[in-house]
Amino acid sequence: MRLTINGETREDVAASTVAELLGELKIQPGRVAVEVNLTIVRKTDYGSFSLKDGDAVEIVSFVGGG
Amino acid sequence: MKDRLAIRGIEFGSRLWVGTGKYKDFEETKKAIEASGTDVVTVAVRRTNITDRKSENLLDYIDPKKYKILPNTAGCYTVTDAVRYSRLAREAGVSDMIKIEVIGDEKTLFPDVIGLLEATETLAKEGFIVFPYTNDDPIMARRLVDAGAAAVMPLAAPIGSGLGIRNPYNLKIILETIPVPIIVDAGVGTASDVAIAMELGCDAVLLNTAIAGAKDPVMMAGAMKHAVLAGRLAFKAGRIPKKLYATASSPIEGML
Repeated sequence: MRLTINGETREDVAASTVAELLGELKIQPGRVAVEVNLTIVRKTDYGSFSLKDGDAVEIVSFVGGG
Repeated sequence: MKDRLAIRGIEFGSRLWVGTGKYKDFEETKKAIEASGTDVVTVAVRRTNITDRKSENLLDYIDPKKYKILPNTAGCYTVTDAVRYSRLAREAGVSDMIKIEVIGDEKTLFPDVIGLLEATETLAKEGFIVFPYTNDDPIMARRLVDAGAAAVMPLAAPIGSGLGIRNPYNLKIILETIPVPIIVDAGVGTASDVAIAMELGCDAVLLNTAIAGAKDPVMMAGAMKHAVLAGRLAFKAGRIPKKLYATASSPIEGML
């Protein structure tokens, strides 16, 4: 499946849910927020939220800032 | 006597709030934050590095159990972006607190107060505890409170400029007229600037560059800690009025 993740297009994504995608990317789900096609996916929905071909996914976390 | 700052039921252990940007590395960030004595740190929301998973996370150094994490919307120039970043921050974090920035101009980083007001209203309605970064304008401060701001954060001077308190008289008017806590945010350069803000009666000071950009950030963090305490005590003690002429401290009586 093709997904755009953080602005980067990836053609070979095996994950079909947000939880699987975070696992595939080796990202701990606790400290991030995920948006799919501009809609926030709640942490409790990571396992059930299905990803579709062409989805735009944003994964964000906290960095140093003032 | 307890002199704790509380906002919307959240009690803060320090009146010095510290940003986590511009440090050499996370180790220095951690040491400076510890030396400042703060329990509130600001953070930004950015894309997670999805290619290099070995890169460290800020929260490995700043324990969210020990510090209150106040995310910001730095870098947002529109209401849409500020609201989007705020919602993401709430989902990534553990609280409803958000420091709203809607920036109006790249060179000054002054806030776009019209956008700021709109974003504040939207987010307050969604249950956020909104801390708007604004100009030192008493009228806008009042409008932000009407829109639901939990506190108002007027700038001392442009972000990162180190110019200090450019308009103490406006801050005084804000302090007299605004019923929510006032936290000076941005532009302070050194300890005396922080002390002045606190002596005016501000409830807290938020700074980043003044510590992170100092030659010795950890030492400067300590200086800021003392400046906040000194300024707060001086405010509460009540300073003497300024007079043009001298008043002798030693008695005339008993002189030869």
